[in-house]
Amino acid sequence: MNDKILALIIAAANDLNQKLENKIPIDRGVDAPLYGQEGVLDSLGLVSLLVSVEQSIEDQHHVKLTLADERAMSQKRSPFQTIGSLVEYVARLMRNGA
Amino acid sequence: MEPKLDAPVTLITGTRKGIGKFLAHHYAQQGHHVVGCSREAVDWALDGYEHYLADVSDESAVKDIFSAIRKKYRRVDHLINNAGIASMNHTILTPQSTVRKILSTNFVGTFLFCREAAKLMERHRYGRIVNLGTVAVPLRLEGEAIYAASKNAIVAFTQVLAREVADLGITCNVVGPTPIETDLIRSVPRQKIDRIVNSLAIRRLGKFEDVANVIDFFLKPESSYITGQVIYLGGV
Repeated sequence: MNDKILALIIAAANDLNQKLENKIPIDRGVDAPLYGQEGVLDSLGLVSLLVSVEQSIEDQHHVKLTLADERAMSQKRSPFQTIGSLVEYVARLMRNGA
Repeated sequence: MEPKLDAPVTLITGTRKGIGKFLAHHYAQQGHHVVGCSREAVDWALDGYEHYLADVSDESAVKDIFSAIRKKYRRVDHLINNAGIASMNHTILTPQSTVRKILSTNFVGTFLFCREAAKLMERHRYGRIVNLGTVAVPLRLEGEAIYAASKNAIVAFTQVLAREVADLGITCNVVGPTPIETDLIRSVPRQKIDRIVNSLAIRRLGKFEDVANVIDFFLKPESSYITGQVIYLGGV
């Protein structure tokens, strides 16, 4: 399952990169920084990525997730710090049937 | 007459009766695809209108509506958060359960619809959000403390949201109606309504058309430079 989620997030990041000056380094795979201390996304960029991921999950897996988290904007504890932490976060929500 | 394929998609909450029902007809007549919702079924039908049964404070029901809109239209252009409840009472006599109910429907409902609409609008870098306030806020109407507080929360939320989504091409504004002949004020004593009306610059009850006129203005594509604003009717 994590592989499918990773592929979906990479595809969403690729789409978003078309619009970004400071691009997500997708070649770093799960280590690619998204948001936070090393992240390349500002808050609007993060919102765009997460909206795209939510919609892809609904289209491909028929699961309605809400990628909202109290720690979202935390520089240190955000689940959106890297592609890898986002994969883990989405997988956890899907396991919990959120 | 069915709307054209590329006609605007307008989502309105609380369409079973009152202002919401009027707005659904108003925008359907203008050729919009109108999507509405309420807790109970509507007893009317309209070309270009589709209805969903939902409690606006139920996150999963709200997500279902947006999922259906996304599948059918791929977008939403306008959101009008009209659903609201009121309870006339002195604060000292107000049970906590009433406070929770009013905040849930009026504020949490508005938040959920704004959040989900902004996600769809973000994809197209275009959107108009209009939330319903009330003159009970600036008039500080006694007996409406909780209702006014819930609507003032909507004002503060709208003004901050306006800044958060401005770069996405989304505007967010509030229209604050005066009392209108709807179910919401039917239980209010006539004397009190007269007192409110007499405190306005224009001394009459509001009409649905007065509300629609302000919303028309906020929804116009040309209103792209108008955001975070509150327009009260009647000259408060």
